Amino acid sequence: MMKVFQNRRSWAWPYIVFLVLLVILPLVLIGIYAFTDIEGHFTLRNFIQFFHKTEAVNTFIYSIAIALITTIICLLLGYPAAYVMAMRSFRTPAVMALLFILPMWINFLLRTIATVELFHMFNLPLGEGALLFGMSYDFLPFMIYPIYNTLQKMDVSLLEAAKDLGATRWQTFVKVVLPLSMPGIYSGIVMVFMPTVSTFAISELLTHNKITLFGSLIQRSFGEGGILMWNYGAALSLIMLVIIGATSFFGQNDTETESQKGGLL
Amino acid sequence: MTKSQSIIEVNHVSKQFEDGTFALRDVSLQVKKGEFVTILGPSGCGKTTLLRCIAGFQVASSGDILLNGEDVTDMPPHMRPVNTVFQKYALFPHLNVYENVAFGLKLKGVEKSEVERRVKRALKMVAMSDYEYRHVDSLSGGQQQRVAIARAIINEPEVLLLDEPLAALDLKMRKDMQLELKEMHKKLGITFIYVTHDQEEALTLSDRIVVMREGKIQQIGTPTDIYNEPQNCFVADFIGESNILSGKMIRDRRVEFCDQEFDCIDEGFGENTAVDVVIRPEDIYIWKDERGKVKGGVSGQEDYDPEDRVPKGNFTKWYGVVDSCIFKGVHYEMTVKTDNGYEFMVQDYHEFLPGTEVGMLVKPEDIQIMHKEHHIYNHFEGEVLKNGLVRFLDADWEVTEEQIAPFQPGDKVEVRVAFREVDLQDHEEEGVLSGEVHYILYKGNHYNLTIRTDEGYDLYVYTNDIWDDGDRVGIVIPKESILLGKMME
Repeated sequence: MMKVFQNRRSWAWPYIVFLVLLVILPLVLIGIYAFTDIEGHFTLRNFIQFFHKTEAVNTFIYSIAIALITTIICLLLGYPAAYVMAMRSFRTPAVMALLFILPMWINFLLRTIATVELFHMFNLPLGEGALLFGMSYDFLPFMIYPIYNTLQKMDVSLLEAAKDLGATRWQTFVKVVLPLSMPGIYSGIVMVFMPTVSTFAISELLTHNKITLFGSLIQRSFGEGGILMWNYGAALSLIMLVIIGATSFFGQNDTETESQKGGLL
Repeated sequence: MTKSQSIIEVNHVSKQFEDGTFALRDVSLQVKKGEFVTILGPSGCGKTTLLRCIAGFQVASSGDILLNGEDVTDMPPHMRPVNTVFQKYALFPHLNVYENVAFGLKLKGVEKSEVERRVKRALKMVAMSDYEYRHVDSLSGGQQQRVAIARAIINEPEVLLLDEPLAALDLKMRKDMQLELKEMHKKLGITFIYVTHDQEEALTLSDRIVVMREGKIQQIGTPTDIYNEPQNCFVADFIGESNILSGKMIRDRRVEFCDQEFDCIDEGFGENTAVDVVIRPEDIYIWKDERGKVKGGVSGQEDYDPEDRVPKGNFTKWYGVVDSCIFKGVHYEMTVKTDNGYEFMVQDYHEFLPGTEVGMLVKPEDIQIMHKEHHIYNHFEGEVLKNGLVRFLDADWEVTEEQIAPFQPGDKVEVRVAFREVDLQDHEEEGVLSGEVHYILYKGNHYNLTIRTDEGYDLYVYTNDIWDDGDRVGIVIPKESILLGKMME
């Protein structure tokens, strides 16, 4: 018995059990359900059904568009914030970083409900605008943090070297800072795009169920459709999985350096 | 030197940081076109700050810097006709070797074919021709340094600034690169300003050396000047090995130290003036003492006649017993203790075993006389504690309010205590901490003690009291004598 505990490899067993039961098994089940009909026979009908339903395809494209716009908004807001924090112009960058990260400590749902209340308070209509606002607010820290991380780790002497070689502030930024912060940007994009493309609760709350996103579509297939819709829902999940999988390969031609320099991923 | 000849003029430059500490104090320096000037000093002496002021990364608090007669004190770095080779290379990791070297030229909008021609030439200069398309991360330290040099010289700067460029290389590589840098300097004809803490490197490379300490220039001179005629104890001690003794200038050309009078060649110190005397260990002639009583003997040298090597004449001689002898490759390094308590370091090609009684002499021209240093301090790293105490030497000390005022609890501080101010107690329990007398050097009018604390720190003490080797002492430092300053990088 002692020997088992001394062997560090054995410490991984609880997680391996967890992994198999809660990650691998469900994935396999999704795969099986997606390619079978209700009687368990192999079929591609679930996919065909999806691509034939204009409404479903539109929802799919709309979800991706919303996720993309959210990601772009977060990038445009997050990069300058991260840059200012990292460039040491603040005496207490740690405090600033904390302020930006602080919203992450509060539960998503809670923040979303608060946002809804805020819109009610100012008599603003819920809908697409509220959705983009709420999602950008929710996911902004996930953009700032990895970018801040890469910028902060950047060797100051590189910036000095650029200036020394004749680069103005702007040239230094474009030719040195920006390319060197790309790993952080990639991480940020993936961190924001992945959860926004699959979101459903946030969108339902912020649009008062007026706008249906792909995540809601899946949720409804399982929730409201009963056992009859499980196979269809599984197919939709698989499609989303492929999309998310594709994003995480985005800009991963040099994965190794990225994980060294990048933030959360 | 007329003004038109000097390419860089630093006039009374001081640099004070926001917290009030000075990195540079009234530094003035002229550099001639094409010169190789080295700024030498221990870490924290301000040498890098001076270089950064010339490069434009830091702005002098007062004084001005002229480049070719033009005031550049406040000019941003990208407009200055100087380029820097950074200590840790600072190569752009997202660019390959070629792109790194071409960086400056591309910014200037130089034509593509011209860029290519010049990059190839610069890479050839640093012997990196075959590495154009290599990723910089895949290069060794020495190769990266070459690329960094190529990147700096391609812009044909009027002055090349080098910030400890070889510090990160191993010894052998460093030696090779030193020669190459010297060669490159000759070929390019660019003015080099080189920062280092390595005195050997400075002596090897430079036309002139600027020795700095605590933000001030101690001495400017050629390597030979600096070595043979150090202007104070610090320079003498920092450059090469030396015997430093307190002495007295009796009159011109006559000095007393080690309780004996010697002829020397220095004049103008006045009569009966306290001075410091420096004798380089290789300038001391040593032979087996003719007075006999041989304990150890000269190994393998029984039939050699020492008087052949020792200059004949009316020189003052002094005697001692060899205490230790270490083989240093080319020569032996001996410590010789004299009857009156002095220790001399002597270097000779011959081995004199410990216990050998020896005679010594030094030629008048090899005795270097310097004005006495007055303020000599112990330096420690300390930390300010919450209760107004300062922790250093693993003990907590009381300090004056005036000293602690600029600091917050948790701040790291540089603690200075003058050698004279340390109070030694007979009973170790009376001290804030206790230690042992580790080394005693009599310097004419006082003892220079090294106290090793029980935690293993060395503390230097000047005292008139007599202590013996190995005595246990209690150490007290009056709170007025503890001076605090900000830690330098």
